[in-house]
Amino acid sequence: MGIRLSNISKSYKKVKAVQNISFNVQPGELFGLIGPDGAGKTTIFRILTTLLFPDEGSASVAGFDVVRDYKAIRKSVGYMPGRFSLYQDLTVEENLTFFATIFGTTIEENYDLIEDIYVQIEPFKDRRAGKLSGGMKQKLALSCALIHKPKVLFLDEPTTGVDPVSRKEFWEMLKRLQKKEITILVSTPYMDEAALCDRIALIQDGEILEIDAPEAIVKKFPKTIYNVGANNMYKLIQTLQNYEHLYSVFPFGEFVHYTDKRDSIETADLKLYLENEGLTDISIGVTQPNIEDVFMELAK
Amino acid sequence: MKRFIGFIKKEFYHIFRDKRSLFILFGMPIAQILLFGFAITNEINNVQITILDHSKDATTEEIINKISASKYFTTNQMIAREADIETAFKKGKIKAALNFEKDFSRNLIREQKATIQIITDATDPNTANSITNYINAILQNYLQDKNKGIQIDYQIVPQTRMVYNPELKSVFMFVPGVMTIILMLVSAMMTSISITREKELGTMEILLVSPLKPFQVIIGKVVPYIFLSVINAAVIVLLSIFIFKMPVQGSLFLLGAESVLFIITSLALGILISTIAETQQAAMMISLMGLMLPVILLSGFIFPISSMPAPLQIISSIIPAKWFIIIIKGIMLKGVGMAFIWKETLILIGMTVLFIGLSVKKYKIRLE
Repeated sequence: MGIRLSNISKSYKKVKAVQNISFNVQPGELFGLIGPDGAGKTTIFRILTTLLFPDEGSASVAGFDVVRDYKAIRKSVGYMPGRFSLYQDLTVEENLTFFATIFGTTIEENYDLIEDIYVQIEPFKDRRAGKLSGGMKQKLALSCALIHKPKVLFLDEPTTGVDPVSRKEFWEMLKRLQKKEITILVSTPYMDEAALCDRIALIQDGEILEIDAPEAIVKKFPKTIYNVGANNMYKLIQTLQNYEHLYSVFPFGEFVHYTDKRDSIETADLKLYLENEGLTDISIGVTQPNIEDVFMELAK
Repeated sequence: MKRFIGFIKKEFYHIFRDKRSLFILFGMPIAQILLFGFAITNEINNVQITILDHSKDATTEEIINKISASKYFTTNQMIAREADIETAFKKGKIKAALNFEKDFSRNLIREQKATIQIITDATDPNTANSITNYINAILQNYLQDKNKGIQIDYQIVPQTRMVYNPELKSVFMFVPGVMTIILMLVSAMMTSISITREKELGTMEILLVSPLKPFQVIIGKVVPYIFLSVINAAVIVLLSIFIFKMPVQGSLFLLGAESVLFIITSLALGILISTIAETQQAAMMISLMGLMLPVILLSGFIFPISSMPAPLQIISSIIPAKWFIIIIKGIMLKGVGMAFIWKETLILIGMTVLFIGLSVKKYKIRLE
């Protein structure tokens, strides 16, 4: 049960979309595919939702083979594509009723499953879907994908283009759904959302870089990360890039994440170097690595 | 079944909430039939002609009176010099000029022969031709009247009778054509657009990942348009009966049944188009260029098929509209029954089966 992929490859004409991808998602797990645009996330979703044939390899969803048993899969999964794909000229309620009907159920039958989400958009149930805000559209799309009580839920970049508050709410909803024994595969380009998954796969250019629980992935980061700040961000990065012991430097909010080639360093030395280069207001502190640091390191 | 009804309900929401498609569905048929019925006509009515009469005698006066008395011509002015004919044409008011030679009456009696020159504006060749024929006919008629008492040894008297449309009303020709165009447009274009819209908006992706079977999606798309097209066909027939006094000689039931058949043929074509086109734009272009133009030009609606070159005649045979026009002209004007149109009906059924077969084969249950 759950989801199983083994050695899946898929090319569009000459472009390789995904190469030799294998991973398993346990039943009831919240699994994240983390990677930038064009990494191959949508292709994986489309293979698993039986919309595309894999060129090589095999995959199964809820115990059904994606090629042979595609009809069975189509009955038992919920799919929310990356692009908002509901009927814009239908109202909120009409959309939901439509999707309930084509799956042979009714809103009332599975209302408990979507209640948390639907109550938030219910006041607007007579509004056309095209006139909803981004966050509300996502909630409606999630309700529609859930209305037939799927065993597995596929969410392709559900939070892209959604405001931070709605994003947070959305993830809280996913956590609650997980408790109702729904297996969830979710993709996102936002690294901060990765930490909310049970396990994640970091993916780039169609290949998997790493699969593990977010905490475990972070622990594997081999270096100490220094959070460095100064008065001039641009000059700070340039100056660090010229530093002889530099291993890597990435901007991170109002600070930069700096790693050194040496195993241990004296922060005073680094501070002195930066001061000599004309930077002021320098702050240096050790910080915990996060998913983005790992991703940058692996993607190097 | 419940799924299916839910799907059809959704289709009706789409149609009734989209002002553009509502307009195409109901505004266009009425506008087109009225336009073709009233404005666009190739009948000759009240054509203005000018007359240059060099003899001004009893005979010419009689002829001129006869011509003006017909409903086809109005003699609007007399001119005195030959040079004025050109000026009159250039002003654009007149379509023809008559030039009676000098001593017309005397020549006719003494030499048994008098000449009249008919000059027509041939910028519109068809009209020019008709005008010449009409004037000729009036002259012949005049001569016959004159010669009634005189015995001539040999004489051929042609007796023409225009059957099925004795008054030569062009609206009788246009109604079947317009009905064909509208049914084709509504059925083929609207279905192909509505299916490609699902592809374009990404909703097809969700429909595919659902237990709905492909044929349910397609039939669900088609049923509302069958319903609306039948209403359209009825509106057109009623308009032509009550406004243009077009007779329906044959059985109304047969007319209805054949129309439903043609609607289904067009819908099948629409589905076929939607399996090829990826966007609404493309679907619309294919429908317009690939269906509308051949229907107007090659179906025999405006230009008679028998006068087309052989290759075009062959092409016209693969256009479903050609067969439907033959069928409805037969039913409405000639009053024929199934015995006379079974061949055309079979051809339409064959085409429908072919289109549906091709669409089912081409319909993608996946994205590629």
